[in-house]
Amino acid sequence: MNEAAEKPKKLATSLEKAAKARRKFIQSVGLTGTFIGLSLLGYIPVLRASTTRLRPPGALNESDFLSSCIKCGQCVQVCPVQAIKLGDIDDGFGLGVPYIDAREQACDFSCDAVQCILACPTGSLTYKKPPFLNIRDGALLAAAPILKAKEKDTEPTLNLKERIGVARLALPSACLAVQGKGFKGAARGAGFAGQLRYMDVDRWKPIPIADHPYDLPLCDLCVRECPVKGAIELRPLKSADGSARMTPVVLEPCVGCGVCEMVCPVEPAAIVVDAQVMWTGERS
Amino acid sequence: MSRFSELFMGMLGAAPKRPAQVSEKVQKIMFLKYEDKDRYIKEKLHARDHHLVSHKWRNRRWAVLLAVNLLFVFSFWLDIQILEGALTASRFVGFHLIDLNSALQVMLAHKHIIVNLFIGTFTVFLIWVLLGGRTFCSWVCPYHLLAEWAEALHLKLVEKKIVTDHEFHRGTRTVFWLLFALLAIVTGYTVFETLSPTGILSRALIYGPSLALGWVFLLLVFEIVYSRRAWCRYVCPIGLTYGAVGAISPLRVSYLVEHCFHEGDCRKVCLVPHVLEVTVKGRASDEVMGLGPDCTRCGLCVDVCPTGALRFEIQGLSKLL
Repeated sequence: MNEAAEKPKKLATSLEKAAKARRKFIQSVGLTGTFIGLSLLGYIPVLRASTTRLRPPGALNESDFLSSCIKCGQCVQVCPVQAIKLGDIDDGFGLGVPYIDAREQACDFSCDAVQCILACPTGSLTYKKPPFLNIRDGALLAAAPILKAKEKDTEPTLNLKERIGVARLALPSACLAVQGKGFKGAARGAGFAGQLRYMDVDRWKPIPIADHPYDLPLCDLCVRECPVKGAIELRPLKSADGSARMTPVVLEPCVGCGVCEMVCPVEPAAIVVDAQVMWTGERS
Repeated sequence: MSRFSELFMGMLGAAPKRPAQVSEKVQKIMFLKYEDKDRYIKEKLHARDHHLVSHKWRNRRWAVLLAVNLLFVFSFWLDIQILEGALTASRFVGFHLIDLNSALQVMLAHKHIIVNLFIGTFTVFLIWVLLGGRTFCSWVCPYHLLAEWAEALHLKLVEKKIVTDHEFHRGTRTVFWLLFALLAIVTGYTVFETLSPTGILSRALIYGPSLALGWVFLLLVFEIVYSRRAWCRYVCPIGLTYGAVGAISPLRVSYLVEHCFHEGDCRKVCLVPHVLEVTVKGRASDEVMGLGPDCTRCGLCVDVCPTGALRFEIQGLSKLL
């Protein structure tokens, strides 16, 4: 902005010229201030904890994730169940950054290889974190998760080192198993678009949950459909009337994929995934 | 100061200067041009009469711009997988391509570069060194196309005296570039991407509309009612990044002073008219002069010039042919 520095040569026109240059300078500063200010509004949603999103598997810690993601959506393109969505402008700096809305469509690992990690060009989603990025306590999985779908394969595990969240029975009183109730019909109603891979239907083609009705004497959908071996189990509940009641218990292998939240047939879901939460012990 | 650094400084915001020295050949050309004023005027009018108003380069450019963006869209929608991703980063039949400014933001914010990021960035760097840097702006960037239409509307409103254009200092863009780089380093977030209409539009085309389009709309309104092409001219750091890359590019628009009647039609259509200061009478120092790194190689001036004084050129190749 050296406009103002251009020294006038003739006085009459130069005063006008200088005033014009000054106006232009001030307007330019105003433009700069306005746009930089607007860009910094992106901080607000980031600072508000309420916007913690469930990120795709292999995501770096939130702040590293936001800084390294190049907002291209290649992870969106490879996901076989379209679980990954991109943040909008109300996510601030999270604009264009991928997340998963588990209730709508969870990651069921039907790609087997965590394709989104493979697609990421910047290492925001990664199989193995570089050493200088800290790994939070409880993030590391004790063992490579075994995919129930691949259990009989020679390589049954998923190449995933860290969890993206942990499931939690948020509303025990709403849980059908806790109430001792069964479930019959489509898990989320006929109009629900969410998909899941059913090995007994087609290993390579996930189908809408709506097309796969259930008839269960005691609801165990979250345990039954959890893609990871040993991540959740039903345990008997002691009750006064001696009826068969059970409660789901989330175990250490839980990676936080969110399938339990998606299939939970009650509204709102009794079991939910706490995004970016780390393992602190058994949860029920 | 060499012509190269002068043009580079011009891109950063410095005002164009008169040449310190005009070559003898150009002096002779200018002398002959104005030797006989009647002849000069006659020739000028003659050239105007024979000027076929063409939109050749504009049409080619729009076709390329739409094709590139639609290739992104269909690669996802129809799953043809040729160009996967968005403009910020993608894969062309498997090869990583990464937008230079987005890469820069990520590198500065994250302070860590993985191999794929480097490969993709370097590939794109080479592509735009060859193709002219800011060629990205006018031949690929979807916001450029919308801004062109907004500009047409703005000019119409200016003509009807409903709005006036407010010019900012061109150096503002350099300040923005520095500030956004600094913000990325300091905050650790890719702050610019939150505003970038290029990224927002590209993603909206491929992944579906978003609320962020509202911001793009506001920008367009700002350009229509307040300041012509404000985003591209005074703000967008992507343009400056690509401009720097294209500074050494062999593909350029060059100006042949011999054919020019110095009427300035080219400057009126240009997004970055300061690169065409060379067409002002007495500003050309050589017979053939490149327009410099800020030129987006959009070809509007080539289309509008009645005498063919502006043309696309591939340096080195033109001489060989």
